[in-house]
Amino acid sequence: MTVENDVTLHLWLHKNIEREGEMGEMRYEAPSTLKAAVALLAESKGPARVLAGGTDLLIQMRSKRIEPELLVDIKNIAEMRAIAAEGGRFRFGAAVSGMELLEHEAFANAWPGVIDGVKLIGSVQVRGRATVGGNLCNASPAADSVPPLIAAGAVVNIVGPSGRRESRVEDFVTGPGKTTLAKGEIVVSFLLPERPAHSGDAYLRFIPRTEMDIAVVGAGVNLTLDGKGVCTVARVCLGAVAERALLVPEAAAALIGTKVDAGALKRLAAAASAACRPIDDKRGTKEFRIKVAGVMARRAAEIALARAQGKR
Amino acid sequence: MAKHHVTATVNGDAVEFLCDTQQSLLDVLREELGLTGTKEGCSTGDCGACTVTIDGRPTCSCLVLGVEAEGKSIQTIEGMAHGDKLHPLQQKFLEHAALQCGFCTPGILMSARALLERNPDPTEEEVRLWLAGNLCRCTGFHKIVDAVLDAAGEMRRG
Repeated sequence: MTVENDVTLHLWLHKNIEREGEMGEMRYEAPSTLKAAVALLAESKGPARVLAGGTDLLIQMRSKRIEPELLVDIKNIAEMRAIAAEGGRFRFGAAVSGMELLEHEAFANAWPGVIDGVKLIGSVQVRGRATVGGNLCNASPAADSVPPLIAAGAVVNIVGPSGRRESRVEDFVTGPGKTTLAKGEIVVSFLLPERPAHSGDAYLRFIPRTEMDIAVVGAGVNLTLDGKGVCTVARVCLGAVAERALLVPEAAAALIGTKVDAGALKRLAAAASAACRPIDDKRGTKEFRIKVAGVMARRAAEIALARAQGKR
Repeated sequence: MAKHHVTATVNGDAVEFLCDTQQSLLDVLREELGLTGTKEGCSTGDCGACTVTIDGRPTCSCLVLGVEAEGKSIQTIEGMAHGDKLHPLQQKFLEHAALQCGFCTPGILMSARALLERNPDPTEEEVRLWLAGNLCRCTGFHKIVDAVLDAAGEMRRG
């Protein structure tokens, strides 16, 4: 699979619409417990897919890129639809729609950078269905919610036939369309860590228009300042410049110990550009992506800084 | 394989229908329920012609399975006017000539109504961003945006 699977990539003018109708029999189940969902997926003989928002899955089915025999709709599972504060941490279910997350004021105030990313996924109509869990599992290198989640230090909770496990988001996707999920495993929820005072995050992407497009480059930055305004913790993650979203510790190191001044931002941009290993495609050349990654990282860091300072 | 038996509410009326797993809600609305006001454009969630609301949220009905409608409340363009009385958005679309071929219009009206329910006084930019998922290849969008803003004003005045 390639990034072309991403729903928003299906640009309206380049369509070959294949009609359904010749597909084989397909089972649909909508269990209300995780246990039942895992059992269905684990026991399925043929190809099976989890159905959350469906905004990628239904398109892939219609174009016959995948032909599942079983769909397991996980939207009736309460745990997967919840958004909850756990102490100072936030957990949200993998089947929470983008709009539900955007409308959650406490979450949006705590993690504006994650919200920046979710807001860029598709249209209002797509965000009304599309989920962060699906955005991650679709494993497009250009997924807009993934870099800010990685920058946030989010952990994904997974359940499968052998029980629960956790994975850092940056370790979950292994390549375009590929994840560490084993047969029968489901992404259940995302856990975002406690937020120290004077923290801010931001995500920016470059696209040649203003809406409804796929990131040519994306950059997520999350940082924490001490009482004197010195950056003590930072995480920087780039999207669409490698086979998966890249955590770039060298770029974060450029910020740590500084007041995120012009010199630090310049070093951040250089480190971000140096980490890129992009492809050439119709949306951007390698050279362009490498340069723009530095620019996007710098601008995202400036917004994260302003948010950490309580300025925006 | 047996078809799914689905019970839902469409434009306030209880409905039941049978569908195959792969049948989209769009196909169900048009082919099983005879509600052909909702249009099929791209079938990939990019053009918004098939926009309906599901439990109040604008959604591309091409990207929803009919079977997922179980227990849901769906609104389509057929439920917008009250008898002969047009919704203010519909009236303003006529007054501003905000449609030419009209194919995108049902979807745009459904999206715009959902916007005004959430934000009765949107800015021009907010209208344009909200409608980014609805493509119109005739009007160039200006008249659509003007009509939505004008309707919003009229609805605020009651």
